[in-house]
Parts: sequence; structure tokens; C-alpha cells
Amino acid sequence: MQAGKKNKPIHYRYFLNMGPQHPSTHGVLRVVIGMYGEYVLSIEPIIGYGHRMHEKMGESRPWQAFLPNTARMDYACALPHQHAYVRAIERMTGVAVPERAEYLRVITTELNRVVSHLLWLGAFLLDLGAFTPILYTFDDREHILDILENVTGSRLTHCYFRAGGVVQDVDDSFEPAVRACIKRMRSRFEMYDKLVTKNIIFIKRTKDIGIIDRDMAVRYGVTGPVLRGSGIAHDIRKAEPYSVYPELDFDVPTGQNGDCYDRYLVRVEEMRQSLRIIEQALERMPGGDVRTKTPKKLNLPPGDVTSTTEGARGDVTYYVAGDGTETPYRLKVRSPCFSNLSLLEELCEDMLLADLIATMGSLDLVIPEVDR
Amino acid sequence: MMTLLQQLPPECIRIVIAAAVVIGFVFANATVMGYLERKLAGRFQRRLGPMEVGFHGLLQMPVDGLKLIGKQLTEPNNVGGIVFYLSPLIAMTPVALPFLVIPFSPHLQVIDLDVGLLFIIAMISFNTIAVFLGGWSSNNNYSMLGAMRSVAQNISYEIPILLSVLSIVLITNSFSLKTIVLEQSRFWFVLVQPVAFLIFFIAGIAETNRAPFDLPEAESELTAGFHTEYSGIAFSMFMIAEYTYIFINCALATVLFFGGWHGIPLPFGEYSSCIWFLMKTYLLMFVIVWCRWTFPRVRFDQLMNFSWKYLIPFSMVNLLLTAIVVKL
Amino acid sequence: MNQYFSDLLNGARSLIEGFGVTLKALLSPPVTVQYPRETIPVSAGYRGHIELIIDEESGSHRCISCGTCARTCPSRCIEVKGEKPEGGKRKELARFQLDFTRCSLCGTCVEVCPVTALRFSRVYGQAGYTREEFMIDVLKRAGVQK
Repeated sequence: MQAGKKNKPIHYRYFLNMGPQHPSTHGVLRVVIGMYGEYVLSIEPIIGYGHRMHEKMGESRPWQAFLPNTARMDYACALPHQHAYVRAIERMTGVAVPERAEYLRVITTELNRVVSHLLWLGAFLLDLGAFTPILYTFDDREHILDILENVTGSRLTHCYFRAGGVVQDVDDSFEPAVRACIKRMRSRFEMYDKLVTKNIIFIKRTKDIGIIDRDMAVRYGVTGPVLRGSGIAHDIRKAEPYSVYPELDFDVPTGQNGDCYDRYLVRVEEMRQSLRIIEQALERMPGGDVRTKTPKKLNLPPGDVTSTTEGARGDVTYYVAGDGTETPYRLKVRSPCFSNLSLLEELCEDMLLADLIATMGSLDLVIPEVDR
Repeated sequence: MMTLLQQLPPECIRIVIAAAVVIGFVFANATVMGYLERKLAGRFQRRLGPMEVGFHGLLQMPVDGLKLIGKQLTEPNNVGGIVFYLSPLIAMTPVALPFLVIPFSPHLQVIDLDVGLLFIIAMISFNTIAVFLGGWSSNNNYSMLGAMRSVAQNISYEIPILLSVLSIVLITNSFSLKTIVLEQSRFWFVLVQPVAFLIFFIAGIAETNRAPFDLPEAESELTAGFHTEYSGIAFSMFMIAEYTYIFINCALATVLFFGGWHGIPLPFGEYSSCIWFLMKTYLLMFVIVWCRWTFPRVRFDQLMNFSWKYLIPFSMVNLLLTAIVVKL
Repeated sequence: MNQYFSDLLNGARSLIEGFGVTLKALLSPPVTVQYPRETIPVSAGYRGHIELIIDEESGSHRCISCGTCARTCPSRCIEVKGEKPEGGKRKELARFQLDFTRCSLCGTCVEVCPVTALRFSRVYGQAGYTREEFMIDVLKRAGVQK
């Protein structure tokens, strides 16, 4: 089914401008596709439409003022970003975090991961032309978002973590609500299996499409479910354990071929593992304070720190350099989607247009995170 | 007035009445179908669908139609001139013709053509030309891709439709739809020709560009496919045509496989048995809507493969078996 | 050849299973709420825009107009002005303006307040036609509550 780029005269090529307003680019990404009939000859992602200079904003104001910004890069899964940032600050300033706060962070982050994967699942299937699953996943999302809203105060751009803990403790309704939600989610997976996983059209659309082999994944610095779909069991929660993850038991699912179907399976399995993590964390969560008292004015000592967490899309790294004032001297964000997007150019050569959409969907791109 | 009517040949009056009824029915069907689709889509997705305009949103579609009529027709730069405006008309005009030969009930048929079946199938293919012209003249890459897909898809799916229909013709020895229905007074042909029915139905979905075969207008790939650049009434003409083609396809399936107007006898059966006909047709249309809200879209080459690898061989074998059984 | 028929059979079965899922959804009640007509209770932790807490004892707010909230606000959307009344010793709050168009509801102002004079309101689903509708006079709102 390959068109064979080299065999086709280049003047047959025409350009298709996909985006910035296109239903399948999930945000303001523009993709210029050189096409030959239905085949994609070349592809050039053009980013920057949603650039808001987050890093510069972080460098020009006290470090506390950057907290809401962390929630506005990867808006679908905000808490891992926030976790990485507050961890960097905590390590610089030496603020201790109460254990209960760490457990709360893990629980909310994993809930957030499930929410994010559910959103991806719906959007991915919408890219493949199935309209209904997105409504079902949004139904599930709402139940988790209700819990998160009660804890963090907002449904999407959560601003919950602080250096030295979390904003507020959870109330008594939290644990039963989360447990009920886990139970509900588990029963829903069977429904998704029937509707999606086993569906012949879905399998045909995703199997052996957009194969990212190990070598290519490593070359581009791909992380997260995309990397694990290619068969490399790299998960920051296991590789460089942080917070209370070492005390919790969970698996890192990996795929075999690195095609879209594997990435789908990895994400669905990750949701199951997240539910496991939440259950264990609920069991082990101790009582006590959720926030250490920090001085009003907390200067960042000279020196720098990097901190990495596992986001829903891959490694989220925050690099913070201080110079003795409250304002970071340098703040750098490494967001997973940028690397995941960069391989699109090599991956999608000689593909059908429909496969390009499927592949782009399976990478789970959040464009504001790429642009920052 | 009466004298004038008496002077005209009765055939002429019949044709005028029939034309008015048929065109009225085309719009009514599009309204009902549009409403049902939106309502059913809502229920499949566990929401309510339109609820605001009229009781349970009953007036939503007429109001939407009015809105579309009121909209400006936007014309992109360098579109193909008259062809751009002609293609919605080409889509819209032939949809009324197949109604002339569809036997709704023993007496509710405008004209019983000897080649009614072929006439309908020929008329259905008109849609391809409209879609192709519309997509081609829009001066838009997405539209053109949609148009190309539509042509390729329709041509390859015409073959299984014809082959599956032929097995019915072999049984009845007639192309006349009325004769085919009359032949089914004892049993429906779906019982003896289930494979032909399945092939006809699947190919019919593909022929009318419905999900999961809605490649010409695949939203996630081609934004809106061939009608990307159409607005207002031109867009709604394409939609009305699409809904009407669905109805014609399902009506044809009812005639060929589900015994047409046959059902539990009703008073004034000569006319009222069209209730059975419409019921069966709308049931089949429900299945088409059900398909759309359940499955992902197939890929372009998979669609072709499915036709050439599964539908055509199966329909050929089916036809061969039918021929052997019938003629022996 | 085996592959050919198993593909067909398994495919058909998977499609029928899919039909089953959506049919079940069709027959079960909707999960949505007809929003403007019906509403669901706002969850306890919801953050609306900020407002001044009214002390039940004194019947007044606790703000000492120190301006810490305005200084720490990442979006600089709070404006606090205190005035010394004639003969009075302490400053009294004269103006507390919130530019809600810029607020990101991070909650930093609520946390830093030395006298915990602020809290999140429960105003849900704010919408308006003009920018001015979101310039909230927090002090005036507190006065209305009295």
C-alpha cells in the first residue's frame, strides 16, 4: 500500500493545509501536508499559535505566581505539571512535605491521569469517525471531575499543590466517592472492550498503522505511553521514583509493535493501573497535616534543580535555577508532547491521509503544551 | 374551473398530484429523518437530543430549515462558476423520480414500470455526479478529495448492489417492483435470500455515503468533505438528497426482501397497507442510524477491499446458487 | 483462506457486540441535565470569585487593607485601597476591586491573607455580555450581603 515517495514526480505533489482550524488537530496546530492523491508525501507541523511565553512569565515573577501557569500548559492533565514544579521548589528550598499530602498528591494525580486518558480515548475515536464513545468517556470523566472539583476547586485547570503540601485536606465524602468511582470505572472497561477494543473496524484502522520502532522512539526522545507502546518499559514512577510511588505496587504496561493499537492498549491498561494505585494509596493514607508552614517570603537559594514526573503524555521536567531571590533566574519546562510531535514528520511519510489522522490522534497531542 | 379539469386528460392531473405529493414527501421525509437521527443520536449517547423548539424538539428541523434558507450563500474565490451552484440542484432534482415507481401499497404507485428496478438504481447513481461536481468545483482540496472518494466508492459498490438484486430478479422473473412485491405474498424473500439482503443493505449504506462508509464527508479527515464550501440552502439540498436516498434505499430493500406492503390485513388495504410499507422502511432506516452512532469510519482502501474481497464474491456465489436452484 | 473467513466471522461478531452496547445505551435513561432548566448542586469545594467574609459578631468584614493579596496575585487582578478615616488610627478598606476577566482562581490571595478575610464565593456559571460585568466590586458585594 505504499506510494513510494521516490518514484513519484515531485510536481504531482499538492499541498493540504490542515489546521490551525481542523477538527483533528486538537487545538491550534497547523500541519502542511504535501500529498499525492490520498498519500502523504511530506508533512510539516507548524507550531506556535498558542505560544504564551510561560517560561518567561515564570522568570519575571515570584515563584508562587507560576503555580496557576503550570495548569495551563497540559490542560487535560494539569497535576503532574504542578507536581514537577512544586517538587523542584521543595528540593531547592528544603521544605518538607507531610506524608498525607504526598498521598493526596498521588491520588489526585492518578485521578487526573484517568481523566486525561478518557479524554484521549474519546477524541481518538472521534478522529477515527466513531461519534458515540466520546460521549461515554465524558460521562465517566464527569464522575471523576466531580471528585476533583470538590478537592481542588476546579474541573480542568487544577491549582492544588503548593510547596510543602496541598491547599486543603479532603473531606469525609472523598474516600467513598473515589471508591465508588473506581468500581464504576472497572465496569465501564468491559463496555469499552466490546464497543472499541474488539471492534473489527477499529482494529483494522489502528493495527500496523503508524509503527514507531524502539530505535526511532529513542532517537526522538519520545516518552510516556507512546514510548511504552513501542515496547520500552520506561516510566518515571518506576525509573526515578518520586513521592510515595515506591511504596505502591503497579505494573508498567508495554506494547509489542508500537502501532496505534498498542498505544491504545497501553493507555487503557494504564487507566486500570491508575485505579490500582488509587486503591492502594487510599488504604495507606495516614492522617495528619497536609501542609507544612512555610515562611511568607521564601527565597530560592542559588543553584539549580530539575524535577521530573510522569504525566499522562510522558515525562514532565521542570528546571528551576535560583539566584537568592524569590524570582527564579531561569525556568525551563520540558513537555512530552513536543518530542512526541517531532517524530510525526518521519513517521507519516507515505501514509494515507486517514492513517495520518489516526496516528496523530494516537500520539495524544495537547497543543498548548507544545507551544507553551 | 371544473370544466377545465374535465378537459385535461386524467393522466395529466394524476401526474401533477403525484408530483406534488412526491415533492412534499421528500421534504417531509428529510424533516422526519433529520429529527429521528438527532433524537436517536442523543439517546444512543445517553442524552436527550433536541428538546427546546416545540414539544420534545419536534419543530427543531423545520426551524433549522428556515434558518438555512435565510443564510447567505457564501462563494469562495475561484469556484467553478455555474457548476458550483448546479451541483446541489443535480443532487436534489432526481431524488423525486424513484418515488414514481415505488409501490407503497397496491394502489399507491404512480406508475408501474416494467423496468422499475433498473430505473431506481439508475436514478440513485445520479447522486455521485452531484457530489463529484460539487466537490470538484469548490476549489478546495478537502472537497476534491471527498469528491474523488465518492466516485470511487459509488462505482465499486454499484456492482454488489446489482448482483444481489439480480438474484431476486431470477426468482421473480421480473423487474417490475409491483410484481416482485406480489410474488412475496406467501413469504418474504429475506428468508430465502438473507445473504443477498445483507449485501444489498451494506452496499446501500456505502452507496448513500452513510457512516461507517461516510468517507466523502469524513469530518475528522476532510472537515466536511465535498460540501465544505456549501452554506445555507445549498448545503441543506445536499442533506435532503442524502436523507431521501437513504429512504429510497430502505424502501427498495423493503420491496425486494421484506414483502413491500404485505402485513396484517387492514381495512381499505388497497391504500392503508402503505402503513406496513413505511413501518418496515423506517425500521431499516433506524438500523442505518444505529450503525452510524456505533462504529468508527473505515479507511478508504479498506472500503474498496471489503467490496472487492467480500461483497462481490459473495454476491456472485449467491447469484450462482440462486440460478442453479431456481432453474433446475 | 482460513484468515479470510475468520476475519469475516470475528468481524461480524464484534460489530454485533458493538450494536449491543449502543442498544443498551438507547434503552437506558439519559445522564445529562437540561442545563438552564435543571441544575445540579454545586460541589462543596467549588471556587468562584473571591469575596469578603462577613464576621457574624461584628457584622463587618475583617480586611485590614494590607494589600498582600494584591501583591501576591499572579495575574495582578486585585486592587485594594485603604483610607484613614478622620481621627481614626487604622486604615479602613475603601475599595476592593477584582478584575475577574484576568483571575485564574489559583487561590493564592485566599491563602496569603493574614487575617483570613477572603474566601471563594459560590457563584457558578458566570456569563456576561460586556467586560465591565466582570469588574467585581468585592466590597460592595459584601455590603449587599450584610
